[in-house]
Amino acid sequence: MKYTEEHEWLDIDEDGIVTVGITVHAAEQLGDVVFVELPDAPKTVSKDDEVVVIESVKAASDILAPIDGEIVEVNETIVDDPSKVNDDPEGDAWFFKMQIEDASVLDDFMDEAAYKKFIA
Amino acid sequence: MSEKDADAYSDWQSHDCACGMPHGPDGGHAAGCDGSELSEDEPRTEDGLLMTPLHALHVELGAKMVEFAGYSMPVQYAMGVLKEHLHTREKAGLFDVSHMGQVILVPRKASASAALEALVPQNIQGLEEGRQRYALLTNDEGGIEDDLMVANKGDHLFVVVNAARKEPDLARLREGLEPGVVVKHVTTRALLALQGPKAEAVLSGIAPELAEMRFMDVRDVVVDGIEIWVSRSGYTGEDGFEMSVPADAAENFARKLLAHEDVAPIGLGARDSLRLEAGLCLYGHDIDAGTSPVEAALSWSIQKIRRADGARSGGFPGADRILRELAESAPRMRVGLKPEGRAPMREGVPLYAAEDGADPVGHITSGGFGPSTGGPVAMGYVPAAMTAPGTVLYGQLRGRRLPVTVTKLPFVAPNFKR
Repeated sequence: MKYTEEHEWLDIDEDGIVTVGITVHAAEQLGDVVFVELPDAPKTVSKDDEVVVIESVKAASDILAPIDGEIVEVNETIVDDPSKVNDDPEGDAWFFKMQIEDASVLDDFMDEAAYKKFIA
Repeated sequence: MSEKDADAYSDWQSHDCACGMPHGPDGGHAAGCDGSELSEDEPRTEDGLLMTPLHALHVELGAKMVEFAGYSMPVQYAMGVLKEHLHTREKAGLFDVSHMGQVILVPRKASASAALEALVPQNIQGLEEGRQRYALLTNDEGGIEDDLMVANKGDHLFVVVNAARKEPDLARLREGLEPGVVVKHVTTRALLALQGPKAEAVLSGIAPELAEMRFMDVRDVVVDGIEIWVSRSGYTGEDGFEMSVPADAAENFARKLLAHEDVAPIGLGARDSLRLEAGLCLYGHDIDAGTSPVEAALSWSIQKIRRADGARSGGFPGADRILRELAESAPRMRVGLKPEGRAPMREGVPLYAAEDGADPVGHITSGGFGPSTGGPVAMGYVPAAMTAPGTVLYGQLRGRRLPVTVTKLPFVAPNFKR
């Protein structure tokens, strides 16, 4: 599992599909999530594109594309029940899956130990 | 993830609304108040923020503290805004509103209620002893300088004003009332609100006589030798009580209430969503110095006797405009707005008459997710011709126009004990 400074987690499988969500820390900071808007898949995106809108009781935030690639699947269950993002942010409440060309771009991101230090 | 709203808590950073609080003292007041302005030696955090008498308790309870009107205040506790909101509607929530201004008006050479009527469009002389009333300090242009609660305590009036408006309000009151009436700023008492359907049962265990009170009644009770000034009112749309407690007794009193299984501490976050669903105004957002009471849909608060044909018609700042608007209507009005779908529309969202209309016809002044309504709710100003419930307007959100329906306020039916 890799982590971004934007508090996203990235999990790559053997087929080069990266699952993206937000961290427990991010979900706690956001507070109760009440609205999620996901892009229509498939969608080609560039790193730092605003791809997801997430609103908590406090404020609106964006989820940025962490890398270049194609969004191939989105998690509609969190649109239907945004509170899942608070309940299981690093599990069932993933946001989208991306197909990437070159898995080595993930090397630049933090591992769990580095992320824990980052949010400490 | 990036925060779009730079100030996630901007709504709570500088304003508050008075729409509900307690009332006055014994008449002796010497113990409870001084005549001073905002005191320089009030306790402060390391960051220089003012602390209420319950500050240590908030920290102990795990509150997330934020700056609000110069105070360090709890925005939420471990339960979180959503559950705190629902808990208040279902059981009872305890709020620290000690940042609000408590002021006593004592007649010396003049009647306090007659004098106050020169500053507000409400009927204060007709306010019975033991009763409280919502009032508005207006300016010469007919705008609202603050909204406040005024209670008749027999030998004096007890007034509660918004935290962020304390200084201008005190200046306005002193200029308008002294020397005939003494204006005393009470700085040695905390203000607590217990709100929700279980509030009466909880307080009855401590002071049984409070169950006899009706909505907007005020009275003093003594609990454990401590005099508490109680009003049956609030800022949530629920039944509830607001209690002015001596600062040094406030923490113990709060602990006593929190010991009840139905009571949870509630932060400013849920306070805001509760009052929004209840259709209550937040000063500085839904009403301000440029908004008239008629535009703000607060005409109900202006009694007949102060209107055009009333026995004490006019005689308050901005009477020309306000009486004219009462007779003719205002060009724009505050209305409830229900965005379609799930996306919250917050303060500042422009409203359009059509999906492709060029210029906005109004804007949202308060908005967010309503936990009890289960969807987005908002309030805003629209032209008088577009105020009919059911009228569909469009709010522009992230470059798209989404339908918003004008809706009768409040979003959640009030639960007062009349």
